[in-house]
Amino acid sequence: MITKMTHTSVYVLDQERARDFYVNKLGFKVITDVPMGTAHRWLTVAPQEQDGIEIVLMPVSAGGFSPEAADTLRELIAKGTFGVGVLTCNDIYATYEELKAKGVEFTKAPKKEFYGTEAVFRDDSGNWFSLAMLAE
Amino acid sequence: MTADQYPKIYFYRRLVQAKLYIDMHYAENIDLDNISDEACFSKFHFVRQFKNIYRRTPHQYLIFVRMKKAMELLKAGVPVTDACYEVGFESVSTFSGLFRRITGEPPSRYLARHQELRAQMIRSPQTYVPGCFAEKNGWFRD
Repeated sequence: MITKMTHTSVYVLDQERARDFYVNKLGFKVITDVPMGTAHRWLTVAPQEQDGIEIVLMPVSAGGFSPEAADTLRELIAKGTFGVGVLTCNDIYATYEELKAKGVEFTKAPKKEFYGTEAVFRDDSGNWFSLAMLAE
Repeated sequence: MTADQYPKIYFYRRLVQAKLYIDMHYAENIDLDNISDEACFSKFHFVRQFKNIYRRTPHQYLIFVRMKKAMELLKAGVPVTDACYEVGFESVSTFSGLFRRITGEPPSRYLARHQELRAQMIRSPQTYVPGCFAEKNGWFRD
């Protein structure tokens, strides 16, 4: 029986820039940040109040792709092709205003849906997240 | 409903500005009364609304931010006294007592534990990386 998810990867275009975005803009905490030899770095983050899951900020360059595949992946990420997940918050209007004030790009302002209120933003690479306040 | 139409937009913006002010100026001697004035709220109304959104009063939030930053500094190897003053506390004993109450251990032990953890990560990074990732990327072949 599978009981938990502990790690999930987000491919990013620039690992240091992604760290700044996830930590200083989204307010995530760094779980692990350790060099892997001289060329690579294992960097994981998580939402401030969530334990037990690590989001691996994986640069495309470390993904083991062929040069052609890596170029294609970078292009798709930058275009906003990939949705990474749903993040929840206590108050979507306050969170939306805060992230906007920090320069986060939203592609959808908070809107009431049948499951709650949802907005959509992109990370610094182009990956998009749903930001949701679920209906009670 | 678009962002400009949602309820109480100016109310939210004022509260968010107050929160961001604390995020930016946590190391200074912040007068929380001034923040409520700048947010154009009575102090009572401001504290109540702030707590509704952030689950902490402005003062509790300020302490939370200072402690979070102190933990980051200690994790990075900054000595306890330096971390204490850098995040805005004026007394090491007050800082240490509060730190212990919140984290369950004194800052000196927290610092030592994280220094050892960091050294361990550098010595044996494979302990912290799921094998499939390391193997796929060939990180430990050499």
